[in-house]
Amino acid sequence: MSVPIAWYLVLAAALFCIGTVGALTRRNGIAIFLSIELMLNAANLTLAAYSRLLDDRTGQMVVFFALAVAAAEAAVGLALFIAIYRLRRTIDLNRINLLRW
Amino acid sequence: MELAIFIVFAVTALVSSIVVVAHRSPVHSTLSLVVTLLATAGLFILLGSPFLAALQVLLYTGAILVLFLFVIMLLNIQRERASSARSPLQTWGALVGAFVLAGAVSRLLWDAHAESVAPPLTETFVSLRGVADQLFTTYLLPFEMIGLLLLLAVVVAGWVAKRVRAEADEESAE
Repeated sequence: MSVPIAWYLVLAAALFCIGTVGALTRRNGIAIFLSIELMLNAANLTLAAYSRLLDDRTGQMVVFFALAVAAAEAAVGLALFIAIYRLRRTIDLNRINLLRW
Repeated sequence: MELAIFIVFAVTALVSSIVVVAHRSPVHSTLSLVVTLLATAGLFILLGSPFLAALQVLLYTGAILVLFLFVIMLLNIQRERASSARSPLQTWGALVGAFVLAGAVSRLLWDAHAESVAPPLTETFVSLRGVADQLFTTYLLPFEMIGLLLLLAVVVAGWVAKRVRAEADEESAE
C-alpha cells in the first residue's frame, strides 16, 4: 500500500515543532544550531513531499539549493561561534548578551 | 511494504530528533541528528528522489555534521550545567506552544491533503537525468550563484575565525 502524502506532511510538522522546542529551551549555542538544522530538515521533507504530490521536480530543486545554503550557513555560523568563544570563553547563550538589553 | 518502511523511518526520525533536543551532551545531540538525517534520506527515497537522499547523506551527514563535531571538539564543550537551564516555566511554555503549533499545523495539512493521492511514480520523475536536465537549464543561474555563495562562505568563515584571534592577541599584548 502506498503511503498517503499527508503522513509525510504531518511527520515534517512534528519534526519542525521538536526543533522549535530545542531552539527555545536549549542554552548551548551549538545545541540551538542543531535544533535549527532539524527545523530546516523538516522543511526540506515538506518540499520533497509536495514535489511528489504535484509530480513536479521543482520542489527537489528547492531542496537542493536549501542544502547548499545550509552548508554555507553552517560554515559561517560555526566560525562565529569560534570567534565568540575566543573572546568570551563560553558559548552559553545566557552569558552572551552583547546585543540584548 | 512501503508503509512498513515509512513507519520505521518515521519513528526513527521522531525518536532521534527528540534525543537531539533533550540530550545534554552536544556530541550525543549531533550524533542523533545524524540518525535523524539518515532516516530523512530514507524518506526522500520513498518520495522518489534518490538524488536528494544521496545529497543528504553526502552533504549533511558527511560534511556539515562532521564540521559540527569538529567545532565541538575544538571548543571542548562540556555538558550543559543544570544551573544554566531555563526556568521550568519557560521549558513548559515552549513545550505547550510547540504542541499547540504542531497540532494546528497537522490538522490543517491533514484537512487539506487527507484525500490527496500521489500520482504513480514515473521513471522521468525519479531519474537523475531528469534532475540534471532541470538543474543545468532552468536553474543554471541559481546553480552558479550557489557556487559563488559557498566560496564566499568559506572565505568569510576563515576571515571571521582568524580576525578575532588577532584582535584578542593584540588585547592580551597590551
